[in-house]
Amino acid sequence: MQKRVTFDNRLLPYLLVTPQLIITIVFFIWPAGQALFQSLLREDAFGTSSEFVWFENFVRVIEDESYLNSFRVTAIFSISVTVLSLAIALVLAVMADRIVRGGTTYRTLLIWPYAVAPAVAGALWGFLFNPRIGVLAYGIESIGVNWNYFLNGDQAMLLVVFASAWSRIGYNFVFFLAGLQAIPRSLIEAAAIDGAGPARRFWTVIFPLLSPTGFFLMVVNIVFAFFETFGVIHAVTQGGPSKATEILVYKVWSDSFRGLDLGGSAAQSVILMAIVVGLTVVQFRYIERRVHY
Amino acid sequence: MHPMSRRTLFAAALAAGTCVAGIAQAQTEIQFWHAMGGQLGEAVNRLADGFNKGQKDYKLVPIYKGSYTETLTAAIAAFRAKQAPHLVQVFEVGTANMMAAKGAVYPVHQLMADFKQPFDIKAYVAPVAGYYSTADGKLLSMPFNSSTSVFYWNKDMFKKAGLDPEKPPKTWPEVGEYGKKLVASGAKCGFTTQWQTWIQIENFGAWHNIPFATKQNGFAGTDIQLLINDPVRVKHIETLASWQKGNVFVYGGREGKSTPMFTSGDCGMFMGSAGTAGTIEASMISKGVPVGTGFLPYWPDVKGAPQNSIIGGATIWVMQGRPKADYKGVGQFFGYLSDPAVQAQWHMETGYVPITYAAYEVAKSRGFYQAKPGRDVAIKQLTLNEPTPNSKGLRIGNFVQIRDVMDEELEAVWAGKKTAKQALDSAVERGNKLLADFARANK
Amino acid sequence: MVENRPFGTLLSHLVVLFGVLIVCFPVWITFVAATHDQAALLRPPIPLWPGSHFFENMETILFAGVRSSRSAPVAVMLLNSLVMAVGIAVGKIAISIIAAYAIVYFHFPLRMVFFWMIFITLMLPVEVRILPTFEVVSNLNLLNNYGGLIIPLIASATATFLFRQFFLSVPDELTEAARIDGAGPMRFFWDVLLPLSRNSIAALFVIQFIYGWNQYLWPLLITTEESYYTVVMGISRMLNVVDAAAEWNLVMATALLAMLPPVVVVIAMQRQFVRGLVETEK
Repeated sequence: MQKRVTFDNRLLPYLLVTPQLIITIVFFIWPAGQALFQSLLREDAFGTSSEFVWFENFVRVIEDESYLNSFRVTAIFSISVTVLSLAIALVLAVMADRIVRGGTTYRTLLIWPYAVAPAVAGALWGFLFNPRIGVLAYGIESIGVNWNYFLNGDQAMLLVVFASAWSRIGYNFVFFLAGLQAIPRSLIEAAAIDGAGPARRFWTVIFPLLSPTGFFLMVVNIVFAFFETFGVIHAVTQGGPSKATEILVYKVWSDSFRGLDLGGSAAQSVILMAIVVGLTVVQFRYIERRVHY
Repeated sequence: MHPMSRRTLFAAALAAGTCVAGIAQAQTEIQFWHAMGGQLGEAVNRLADGFNKGQKDYKLVPIYKGSYTETLTAAIAAFRAKQAPHLVQVFEVGTANMMAAKGAVYPVHQLMADFKQPFDIKAYVAPVAGYYSTADGKLLSMPFNSSTSVFYWNKDMFKKAGLDPEKPPKTWPEVGEYGKKLVASGAKCGFTTQWQTWIQIENFGAWHNIPFATKQNGFAGTDIQLLINDPVRVKHIETLASWQKGNVFVYGGREGKSTPMFTSGDCGMFMGSAGTAGTIEASMISKGVPVGTGFLPYWPDVKGAPQNSIIGGATIWVMQGRPKADYKGVGQFFGYLSDPAVQAQWHMETGYVPITYAAYEVAKSRGFYQAKPGRDVAIKQLTLNEPTPNSKGLRIGNFVQIRDVMDEELEAVWAGKKTAKQALDSAVERGNKLLADFARANK
Repeated sequence: MVENRPFGTLLSHLVVLFGVLIVCFPVWITFVAATHDQAALLRPPIPLWPGSHFFENMETILFAGVRSSRSAPVAVMLLNSLVMAVGIAVGKIAISIIAAYAIVYFHFPLRMVFFWMIFITLMLPVEVRILPTFEVVSNLNLLNNYGGLIIPLIASATATFLFRQFFLSVPDELTEAARIDGAGPMRFFWDVLLPLSRNSIAALFVIQFIYGWNQYLWPLLITTEESYYTVVMGISRMLNVVDAAAEWNLVMATALLAMLPPVVVVIAMQRQFVRGLVETEK
């Protein structure tokens, strides 16, 4: 993790890391420490009275049925978003790879949703599927399905999964396409000479060679679905109906901001931080070289 | 440094260092964080302009902070960081939490006394002020935008269904009957409701004079339990669920999400906030669709119904932590807000109920209710009878989450996953847990 | 191509085009919605072809603001978003490239401790530690100014990590050559490393610009003056209006404007962005 050849200087390295360090300490480690402390307290929202309760908040959170539900929802949500966006991106990348000319044009046409804010993506999809006026909702209704994501939890889940997966397709596409283009043509040609058709070539040659990219993307997408989809949930379903789309990050936020339960919410933050640290370590250990994000 | 004190210092320096006559003395700013979007927000700005033009010492600065929840959160975060605004608009379900935050809020009755502002709680409409007073009748926060739920009907659709467009249903059985006729005449839905918990559970209780929770709905203590799984409510919810068949009743989402179902002409009848009158006026009446406003329906077999409805909406809470002298300006603003002419103007512009009896009289004397029939339904319904302990209001801790619980359970009924009895039992059980938490945290 | 099969190529085109269609459809509808007046969007079926109110809507939101959310003119919000996004992108790149340089090219005590401290910040989103962070920011008097919008959000490790990855892939021979030439560490940094990092910097600029532009909750909390509102936060506020119907045409017009700058940045810097991303992966 370090260069064989390094410079010698006593002061300089410290000077160089100082700005980053100060900001990290002031705006991350200090507040995180406060969250840690808060998780052991029970207090009213304004902080005018507080009581030290040790780990009671944690016990309360873990025993809370809706917290377990939130774990389940998060799992379903993250996996669906990841699988859906990876699958679509892979299909598109494989097809685009076969096209000699126009590859970049397609990339341009596919990459931009990555730039759309989750909150805005939520607004777009919410509008498309609005049970009253949405274009797609209208289409669905007209084939006889009763579409109302305000009431139907599965439909609400479907909607936030679509909106989140949508914004990831372009990103995944870029990586898959790059991965595909890095596969030596000679390998594929050799397989072709052996008489393997396109499908067979895909499964026996291309897919295995692509799997490191796929694995990397899987981790990145799960992390995305875990933490960066707050805007989608907030703009479209607010966690409802009946907590059907209440993912962990949304629950932390909603318990502290709507519920004003600061201790319980802080306890959830601490658990979440532990998950983050765990994920980080795993990511580091096993896929060190492939992480960027 | 405190922004306010910096400004004051600056003003002092200015006064000392210059002697330019005629420069207005730097005003003290009073920050008011509110959640009024749209036309309502414009009405708030006009209110502030009026106050600012009427005197020179203070400048009221209204700041829109988003939804009620966002506004409250922002105020809490600001208070914890010692940056609280002077005034913050808090919705009625936040009342118990605000009351419990003793060092954080400045009770209105005390503020008015401290600064010798003329103030008489009897001038305020009883069910409005009562909701926000202590058990012994001391006002805690300033009533601002109060509404209640009323009944709207689409007269054109009534005609088409062969119903008398001037005669709304009075009772629930009639609502069902009318709904069926509306659907039979081609309507997509008979009726729908906004804010299902507020209208079909909370207001439903007051209107039928049955309790929502123990200890006078929480006015007499925090260690309370919900009572919403009573037979009357169970039967009511059961009936609504059964009316989903044939679209006599259609559920349109939480809070105000169902409004477009009525304004677009899908539903012939609608139970909603009196504050929606403005939207209905703009999107229906002004486009030639006549709409009637009436009392909420009731079950005729329940004794004591109809009693009176309860309010919703929000009040202005005064936050502690600003320089003492600023609060004098707050007192003056409250005086201005309660002025009959000002209050009547606010009422007429927004559709919210007037908070003082005098303002109601002013609106009457100006012929407002002749010009806009139905706009007095809300206040008439609120003051229909002297409020009982069941209909004075609700003082429920963790009310935001309890409403979420009720919403979830009701949605389970609408989706056919639970019976009304199961859902309400479970709402009571889950709600009581939240109440116990609150009682513990706020001893 | 392994085989020359026109049918296969055609099929590929069709599939990718279909994908493009799916990806673009929501934006088409957004655009269409932005070209109608409010009445056209009140009842289904809403139109699928553009109407004639596009410029009118744009003028309204850009210079007057959307009434139902009491929003500032969108032009102001766009400017704020731009300042915030550029500030975050530049700030992050600046502080993290030097930090990564120190960690990779120097040997000093506590090196790993620092690295982990920075690295831990990698993923925890602002949303879950927002109240304590807010208190810190307000104690530093950073409410309602660009400093408060920008500085707390440049505390993230993404960029440090990316630069570290890239520096590790730079051949050691370059360093050796520099040392033989007698170049000091800062000279090496400016003359050799920085030019080599062009693609990484470009990729990061895109990522962080988008990150900054797309912030929602943070600006919502720390700004109380309309003159500091950002556009993404403006949209969510337009969606959640109380007691009134959302003005979909204006909301969608704003959404269009809100996504335009980051999309332009991504597309304009596409080549460097993709190369920078994929390069550091290898």
